[in-house]
Amino acid sequence: MSACLDISNLSARLPSGQRVLRSVSLTVQPGEVRALVGESGAGKSMIGKAVLGVLPPSVRIVEGSIHLEGADLGQLSAKERRRVIGAKAALIPQDPLTALNPSRRVGPQMTDRLIHILGWAADKADRRVRQLLDEVHIREPDRVMRSYPHELSGGMRQRVLIAAAFASEPRLIVADEPTTALDVTVQKQILRLIAQLQQEHGTAILFVTHDLGVVAKISQRVTVLYAGKVVEEADTPALFADPQHAYTRALMAATPKYTDPMASLMPVDDTVLAGLAAEIAVADHDWKPGGGTGRG
Amino acid sequence: MIFQRFLIRLLTMAITLLGVSVVVFVIIRVAPGDPIAMMLPPGASDDDIARLRALYGLDRSIVEQYFIWFSGVLQGNFGTSISLRQDVMSLVLSRLPATLELSIFALFIALLIGGPLAILGAREQGTAVEAGIDVANGAALSIPDFLWGLALILLFGVLWPVFHISGRVSPRLDLPFVTQFYLFESILRFRFDLTKDLIGHMFMPALALALPLAAIISQLLKISLKEVMTLDYVTLARVKGFSETSVILREALKNAALPTLTLIGVQFTFLIGGTVIIERLFSYEGLGNMAIDAVINRDLPLIQGIVLVFALIFVLINLAVDMMYALLNPRLRHG
Ligand SMILES: Nc1ncnc2c1ncn2[C@@H]1O[C@H](COP(=O)(O)OP(=O)(O)OP(=O)(O)O)[C@@H](O)[C@H]1O
Ligand SMILES: [Mg+2]
Repeated sequence: MSACLDISNLSARLPSGQRVLRSVSLTVQPGEVRALVGESGAGKSMIGKAVLGVLPPSVRIVEGSIHLEGADLGQLSAKERRRVIGAKAALIPQDPLTALNPSRRVGPQMTDRLIHILGWAADKADRRVRQLLDEVHIREPDRVMRSYPHELSGGMRQRVLIAAAFASEPRLIVADEPTTALDVTVQKQILRLIAQLQQEHGTAILFVTHDLGVVAKISQRVTVLYAGKVVEEADTPALFADPQHAYTRALMAATPKYTDPMASLMPVDDTVLAGLAAEIAVADHDWKPGGGTGRG
Repeated sequence: MIFQRFLIRLLTMAITLLGVSVVVFVIIRVAPGDPIAMMLPPGASDDDIARLRALYGLDRSIVEQYFIWFSGVLQGNFGTSISLRQDVMSLVLSRLPATLELSIFALFIALLIGGPLAILGAREQGTAVEAGIDVANGAALSIPDFLWGLALILLFGVLWPVFHISGRVSPRLDLPFVTQFYLFESILRFRFDLTKDLIGHMFMPALALALPLAAIISQLLKISLKEVMTLDYVTLARVKGFSETSVILREALKNAALPTLTLIGVQFTFLIGGTVIIERLFSYEGLGNMAIDAVINRDLPLIQGIVLVFALIFVLINLAVDMMYALLNPRLRHG
């Protein structure tokens, strides 16, 4: 079985020479949910952006490759790459408030990929989007599709974006913290919705989060990232049962448990971070702990 | 809500116009120069001068003069030109269309140059193309319109004479027009031979007026485009597979145009102000050219009429920008 997404040895730098990704390798099998965890600034979104071909211009890939459904993205022309990504991948963004164009109606924003990139007839695209809106439990598809984004609530908008992501039947969805910007009460519904659609459609998901609770609920495999470096990779149950790396253990200690939300939380221990720093320093010489990698 | 906004706008407009009329009225009477002295041959008797003064109401106090003039304006009577001895209103109306056509043509050129350059610059951000556009914008901006006018006259009037450098239309042509909107009417009548001649005359003054505005549009729109292009919905559109150009046209342009639009409104009023000198430079028979004659002749009623018309145009442009802004922004439209 060939992987849906295969990232190997991916390194990226800023113009200053600062590394944002350090030889990251990661695969997502078809139909699998792969969680990508790590603290803020670890480079989780960078990986997602690299996969979707939307890295900021200042970030340069210096080595490694990304294969999406067998296509080596680095070898394609910009135009080809866009076409492949448009056809095979989709994004569920973090902030539903900013991910919809305020001056366009919601309907066309949902159908435009189907019509203009995949070449569907307008009425077929329309029917498809309505079906997906139904799957994300939106009861008045007509009203929603005619609305402007500001007329919908945050939860509604995220449903719209989820429906739009699944509508084109992508092989891979990158979900970049799709619930962080939402109300706590809505977070659970949205998470359940993504899990449900993922199972029904058999879509592979690269699920970016910093919340181990979410990891436990939704993913089959986990990659733990620190300062742009993969520190551990495991099946989700195995990771929780027996975390191998000290940083993973520290991260778990820093996460509230649903069974015992009042238990006191441990911040990540300094000796663990020092150990990590030493590990990373082996790979590259100019790195110092807290030295501007933007860990928050 | 909307209605209230509109009423407030109308009131502001009225007050602005009133203020402008007072200021101009006073300034041109306080400034040195006597319209009557300009009319009479040297050696006219004091009696003659006094009689003419009385005829034009110039023997009264400024306040009195203003109220006489103002009550006339309220009835649509802007007085009689001292130098041309014709009704001010009909003089202004005979020249206004020429200036409007020139200004709008210039705005068109500015949008046609500035818009695509902004889009190109945003698409090619960080490349030599963008740097080149920045340099061109800087040059266009730092040279004022009348210098562009002179440069264009030298270039396309003298060195490589492809355009007319003077007048509005070739004098030997038979004009079938019933309005003063020659360009507009020539198109409506399918007299494209005349359209060509008119544009041949209008092109250089319009280009001179347009270049600085084109630079402003190009620069400002490019900046807003680049800003909008970092937003999430633009990223999402890229992920969907849209090319950079269609991302700009479909997603970014409309939202980026909003801030530019307000500025274009203000800059367009500057452009119209620029017609005064440019029309003179190209001997284009518009309102601006007439304004200069009026000032030279101290033709007080004519100056007042022309200034008031310019002020009215400025206020109307601002109103139009306001309405267009609301139209393009769904938040305002439904809020
Ligand atoms: N546009 C950018 N240009 C340059 N550097 C950036 C840019 N965006 C992020 N970075 C840097 O790249 C590193 C990784 O950022 P990234 O956004 O991938 O973190 P993350 O793991 O997604 O964090 P978060 O949980 O806060 O979203 C950080 O050090 C950040 O400062
Ligand atoms: Mg992120």
